[in-house]
Amino acid sequence: MTEQQPANSNAPHPYPGKLIIVEGIDGSGKSTQLLLLHKWLESKGHKVFFTAWNSSELVKDTTKRGKKNKSLTPTTFSLLHATDFASRLYHEILPPLKAGMLVLADRYMYTAFARDVVRGVSAEWVRKLYSFAIKPDMAFYFKVPIEVAISRLLGGTRGQFKYYEAGMDMNLSQDVTESFRTFQSRILAQYDKIVDEYQLITMDATKDIAQQQDGMRRLVDEALKDYKPRRGTHGRRSLFWRRFDVPKSE
Amino acid sequence: MGDAHYFGDGLTYLNPSDLKGKLIAIEGTDGVGRSTHLELLQEWLEVQGYGVITTGWTRSNLMSKTIEVAKEGNTIDRWSLSLLYATDFADRLEHEIIPALRSGFIVLADRYIYTAFARDFVRSNDRKWIRDVFGFALVPDLVCYLRIDVETLALRVIETKAMNYWESGMDLRLGNDLYDSFKKYQSLLIEEFDKMAVEFKFEVVDARKSLEDIQDELRSKIHTLLSEGEVARTAPVVEDAQL
Repeated sequence: MTEQQPANSNAPHPYPGKLIIVEGIDGSGKSTQLLLLHKWLESKGHKVFFTAWNSSELVKDTTKRGKKNKSLTPTTFSLLHATDFASRLYHEILPPLKAGMLVLADRYMYTAFARDVVRGVSAEWVRKLYSFAIKPDMAFYFKVPIEVAISRLLGGTRGQFKYYEAGMDMNLSQDVTESFRTFQSRILAQYDKIVDEYQLITMDATKDIAQQQDGMRRLVDEALKDYKPRRGTHGRRSLFWRRFDVPKSE
Repeated sequence: MGDAHYFGDGLTYLNPSDLKGKLIAIEGTDGVGRSTHLELLQEWLEVQGYGVITTGWTRSNLMSKTIEVAKEGNTIDRWSLSLLYATDFADRLEHEIIPALRSGFIVLADRYIYTAFARDFVRSNDRKWIRDVFGFALVPDLVCYLRIDVETLALRVIETKAMNYWESGMDLRLGNDLYDSFKKYQSLLIEEFDKMAVEFKFEVVDARKSLEDIQDELRSKIHTLLSEGEVARTAPVVEDAQL
């Protein structure tokens, strides 16, 4: 019967660790930048934990199934991602923050605020849904024009767009690239509002990778000035604590 | 549902005003006899010529398996558990409940959002978040609450199917064994259901009565609702045909 976490995502969290998150549309290069930041922080001797959007085992399988038989509605799509987020917050994000570690998150609740609203859920509702989330210490938004994102994705390793990433479920266009352009442009417009609403740090994602990374490292260095890293036992352990995995029933 | 509306922030892409059927929820805690009564009600309504579908908590195509697996793990947090229920509910709402109401069916729901409210509240002491989450739910035309006291409930559950981990709220560590925990957990749920009964104007039915008496009461409440409305029966009434 005890009250759990304070449900106020505007106040700073009370934990000794730091939470750094990145946002941006597909092809903005945010994951690359976060990976480089991760390497740098570890090289400086920090204990770092990384977590990615929609990656919890339980929900990932369900989302995959729902996507496959195309039965997801805007609301169930949104709720499944919120469930994944809640589960990762509880199992992956809060423990290292309480232990004083650095936590890096590839996408955070702002992804839902942008994408789910474009899919058609109420903007107020999705914000209330995530009211249990904690406020990140730093939130970077990698801003990129839609054409740059498209050429990166088509010219890069992936070579083609995925069904939901292109918003093909919204019947915007029969052509997958055209659908991606319309869908992600709408998401960009939502991100513009979110940047103001939540004071995300906007990064120019059209610059060179190294140039962007320099800028990011400078900002993080500055923000970590008052941060007292917790030194654990020496030597790096990849598994710092265990997540209690749900046994597969089949 | 002439004046169908959403509980809070509704589905912006779905206007509920053309829903012709009636949505009836049967609420009450674990083991109170909801499903037995639901079956009898369905039979009774179908005999009268009404189209009926039933929908049950955690039984959506999308989520039933997922929720089962999550509960086996026994280590799920408050938010994930409530959000799993909400996802299951949303899937049933959009794929079963709303289509049926649009076609003029009577929808009998075995548990409704109030179950989620009670379960989340006893775990968090917070009523706001869970009610915000379920803002997209349709407000039922009628909520029948099968009310029971915890002493009677405990005996009944032991007699019929034994107590389980989740029905005993073992995740809350309220007692040392299943029995103690069951009684404390179910008392808290009943207390919250009682408060909601007033707040949301449930029709309260005393679930300690005989099965026949309870069923009669439920039927009379449903009869009142249906005679107010203009629910189209899918077949002519037999009595009339004989005259």
